[in-house]
Amino acid sequence: MTQLTSGGDVRLDRISKTYGSFTAVHPLDLHIPAGSFFALLGASGCGKTTTLRMIAGLEDPTTGTVQLAGEDITALPPHKRPVNTVFQSYALFPHLDIFENVAFGLRRRGVKSVKKQVEEMLELVQLGDFARRKPQQLSGGQQQRVAVARALINHPRVLLLDEPLGALDLKLRRQMQLELKRIQTEVGITFIHVTHDQEEAMTMADTVAVMNGGRVEQRGAPAELYENPGTTFVANFLGTSNLIEAEITDKSGGDLVLTAAGGRLALPADRCSAPVRTGGKLLVGVRPEKITLAHAEDAGSVPEGRNRITGRIVDSSFIGVSTQYLITTPDCPEITVYEQNIERDARLVPGAEVVLHWNPAHTFGLDAAQDIDAGTELDEEAP
Amino acid sequence: MSATATSEAPADAGPVRKPPLVKPAVRKRLVPYWLLLPGILWLLVFFAAPLIYQASTSVQTGSLEEGFKVTWHVQTYWDALTEYYPHFLRSVLYAATATVLCLLLGYPLAYLIAFRAGRWRNLVMILVIAPFFTSFLIRTLAWKTILSDSGPVVGALNSLHILDVTSYLGITEGQRVLATPLAVVCGLTYNFLPFMILPLYTSLERIDPRLHEAAGDLYARPLTTFRRVTFPLSMPGVVAGTLLTFIPAAGDYINAELLGSTDQKMIGNVIQSQFLRVLDYPTAAALSFILMAAILTMVTVYIRKSGTEDLV
Amino acid sequence: MTALTRWIRRNLVVIAGLGTLAYLILPNVVVLVFSFNKPNGRFNYEWQRFSTDAWTDPCGVADLCGSLSLSLKIAVWATIGATVLGTMISFALARYRFRARPAVNSLIFLPMAMPEVVMAASLATLFLNMGVDFGFWTILIAHIMFCLSFVVTAVKARVMSMDPRLEQAAQDLYASPAQTFLRVTLPIAAPGIAAGALLSFALSFDDFIITNFNAGSTVTFPMFVWGSAQRGTPVQINVIGTAMFAVAVLCVLVGQLAGARRKRS
Repeated sequence: MTQLTSGGDVRLDRISKTYGSFTAVHPLDLHIPAGSFFALLGASGCGKTTTLRMIAGLEDPTTGTVQLAGEDITALPPHKRPVNTVFQSYALFPHLDIFENVAFGLRRRGVKSVKKQVEEMLELVQLGDFARRKPQQLSGGQQQRVAVARALINHPRVLLLDEPLGALDLKLRRQMQLELKRIQTEVGITFIHVTHDQEEAMTMADTVAVMNGGRVEQRGAPAELYENPGTTFVANFLGTSNLIEAEITDKSGGDLVLTAAGGRLALPADRCSAPVRTGGKLLVGVRPEKITLAHAEDAGSVPEGRNRITGRIVDSSFIGVSTQYLITTPDCPEITVYEQNIERDARLVPGAEVVLHWNPAHTFGLDAAQDIDAGTELDEEAP
Repeated sequence: MSATATSEAPADAGPVRKPPLVKPAVRKRLVPYWLLLPGILWLLVFFAAPLIYQASTSVQTGSLEEGFKVTWHVQTYWDALTEYYPHFLRSVLYAATATVLCLLLGYPLAYLIAFRAGRWRNLVMILVIAPFFTSFLIRTLAWKTILSDSGPVVGALNSLHILDVTSYLGITEGQRVLATPLAVVCGLTYNFLPFMILPLYTSLERIDPRLHEAAGDLYARPLTTFRRVTFPLSMPGVVAGTLLTFIPAAGDYINAELLGSTDQKMIGNVIQSQFLRVLDYPTAAALSFILMAAILTMVTVYIRKSGTEDLV
Repeated sequence: MTALTRWIRRNLVVIAGLGTLAYLILPNVVVLVFSFNKPNGRFNYEWQRFSTDAWTDPCGVADLCGSLSLSLKIAVWATIGATVLGTMISFALARYRFRARPAVNSLIFLPMAMPEVVMAASLATLFLNMGVDFGFWTILIAHIMFCLSFVVTAVKARVMSMDPRLEQAAQDLYASPAQTFLRVTLPIAAPGIAAGALLSFALSFDDFIITNFNAGSTVTFPMFVWGSAQRGTPVQINVIGTAMFAVAVLCVLVGQLAGARRKRS
C-alpha cells in the first residue's frame, strides 16, 4: 500500500455505534481515498452524522477502528486528530470575533504569529473586512464561510462537513456548493460531506454513499448511483423513480424479457441487481425523464425495440423547463413522466390516452423482496 | 498495514501518538459528583439537616436552664395549633389576598412590558427592578408615611367615605389605614409584586405577537384573544409568579410588624417571638414545621392542578 | 367623548400597567423626599421642613455605617461562595446524566419553596444545639445556603441553552478539555454566572428574616433599620436607601449604554 505524504485517506473498519439497544450505525467498512470529495447521503437518523462524528472523535465507536493515512486514530481524542469539522449551524464562538474564531485552532496549537495566516484565510473566503465583527452580525452565508475558514486554516488532512449548507436558502446554497467544490479542488484535501440533500451530494461529491437505517445501501459516482440504483431506497431517495412489479418470462442474449403492466419489457441483464430466475419477480425501474409520451393516435410511429406501456393522463403540471405528467395504467401504480417543454403536444391533457415508451437501456431491475416505497417520504428533512 | 509517520501533519496534531491504554471512563463518571460535592454538602448540612433537627426539637420538652430532651411530646403540636390557629388562618388569608392582588396588578404591567412598551421596554424593566436595590425594610417604612393618619391617602379615602365602607367590611378600623389588615395586605402586595411581574413577563415575552393577529384574524375579539390565547400561554408565568408571591408572603412577619397592630400578627410573627423572645424552641419548631408542611402541601396540590410540573 | 372612551379602552392595559408602576415606585419617591426632611421627633414619618443635614452627614448615626459595611462584606463573601458552589452544581446538572439527579434537583428547589422563617428557625436551632457562637460566620453560612439555589437556577438555564456543538468545535480545533472549558464554556456561561452573582448579592445584602435568627448580637444594615423602626428612624436611613437606588440605576444605565455602543461599532 502506498502512502501519500499528505495522505488523508480514511479507512473505517467494521465501525459501529450502538446507544443502549438502538444501533445507530451497523458495522461498516468504508474507504475514502485521499483528496476525494466524499458525500454521506441519507435521511435524518440514518447514521450519517454519527459516522462523521466517529471520524472526528466526538463519538466513541462501539466496535471497529478509524484509520487516517494508515494510522489507527480510534483512541485519539478530538483535539489530537488532524481532522477538522464544519458543524451544522456552524457552532461559531459567539463571544469571539471573526478573527479570533478563525485563529482559535492555531492558537490552541501554540502558533505564535497568527495574524498573517488568519488575514490570508479571511481573504480567501472574502471576509477580510469583517475580522472584528461578531458572528451574530454576519449573514448565514458569511457565517458559513467563517466556519469553513476556521477549519481550513489548520490544514487538516480531512475536512468533515456536517450539513454545512442546511441553514442557507436555496440560491445561496447553490452558490456555496460551487464555492466549496472550488475550495476543495484548490486545497486538495479530503472532504467528507454529510447531507440529506441528494442534489447537493450529487453536485459536489465525486463519490456518494447512500445510508439508510445505519447501513450503506450503495456507494459510487453520482451518475452511476442515479442511472443504476441498486435498491428501492436509492432509486426513490435519489431523484424519482417509477417502479413496476414484473415477472421474468425469458432470457434472450444480454436482455431479460419481462411481463409487466400488461406488456412486455426488456431489461439489460447487467442492469439488474437482483438474482435472475425465470418466473421470478422483479421490480422494474425507469426514471421519469427517460420516458417519452406519445398520444394514442400516434402509437404507430413509436420506434421498434423500445419498452412501451399504455395509459391515461390523470394530471399534468407545468414546471417551467418541463411538464410533469401523472399517468395511470391498468396494472401498475401511477407513473410519473417529465417531458421537456420543447414541442408541446396540445393533445397531452388530462384524460388523453397515451403510449409511454423508453429505451430499454435506461431500465433497471431491483429485487422485488424490498419495500417498493422505501425512501419516498424521506427526502425532505426538517432543518 | 505499515504505520510510517507522516511528516506534513500540523505540529501538535499528528496521529503519531500512542493511544492511552486505559480509557478515562471511570474518572469521567465521577466528575459530576466532584462538582456537586461541596454545594450539595452545604445544602445537606445547613438546609436539610436543620429541618430534621427542628423536627426533633419540636417533640422535646425542657427549659433553657435544664436543657431540652426528646420526650416525643406531640402535645406541643396540639397546643400550638389550638393557640395559634387564628395566626395560621390570617397568614393564609393575607398571603392569598396579596397574591391575587399581585396577579391583578402585575399582569397589566408585565403585558405592557412584553407587548406595548416598544423602545421604552428597557426603561420600564429597570423601574421594576430598581426598587429592589433600596432595602425593602426602608421601602416598607415608607408605607408608614404614605398611609399615615394625617397623610393625603387617608384624607382622600376619608372624604370619599371609602374608609366607612372598608371599616364596615372589617378591613380597616375607624378613620385610619395603618394598623389594619388593609395596610398589611397592601405592604405584602407591594413587597412581592416584582416576584409576580418577572416570571409573568418571561412567559409573556415568549409568546409570538403574531398569535394575537392570528386570533384576531380568526374572529376573536381582543378580550377573547386574551382569554383563549394569551392567558393560557402565560400559565407557566402565572403559576411561578403566584408561588413566588404566596410562599414568602405566608411566612412573612415584617409587614405585619411594621404596618399592622397586634390584631394583624401572622404566623411568622409568632415563630419569631417564640424563638427570639420567649425562647420556647419546641413551640417555635412545631409552628414552623406545621407552616412548612402546610405550604408544601398547598404548593404540591397547586402545581398538580395547574399541570405545570416543569418549574424545577 | 366617544373618541376619548375608545382611546381609554384601547390603552386600558397601558394605563393599568403604569398605575402598577407608580405603586412600585411611590415608596422610593417617598424615601427620596424624606431624605431631605428634618423631623421633630425620633421618627421620620411626617414632613416637617427641608434640610440637607442627613446628606452632609450620612454616618452621623451611631452604628449605621458600621452595619452597612458589615452587610457589604457579608454580601461579597456570600456572593463569591454561592456563585462558585452554585456554578459547579449547575455544570454537573446541565452536562451530566447521573442517578442522583432528581434528588439533587429537589434539594436545589426546596429552599426556594420554603418560607424563609422556616429555614431561619431551623438553621438557628442547629447552631444553638451545636453551641456555635452567632455572628459573622453564622450569617455568612446562612446566606450562602439560600443564595445557592438561585445561582444554580440562573447558571443552569444558561449552560443548558448553550449549543453543545460549541464545545465540540473547540475540541475539534485542538483545544484540550481544560482549554475548552476556559476559552469557550466559561465565557459563554458568564452572563448566567453574572446574573446569579448579582442576584446573590442583592438577596444577601437585603436579607432580614434569616439574618434576624442567625445573627446573635451582630447588626447588619437591614437589622439596623429594623431596630430603628422600634427606637426611632434616623433620616440617614433614607439617604442610604436613596444612594443605593441611584447607584443601582446608574450601573444599569451605564451597562445599557456600553452595550448599545458595542452593538453599534
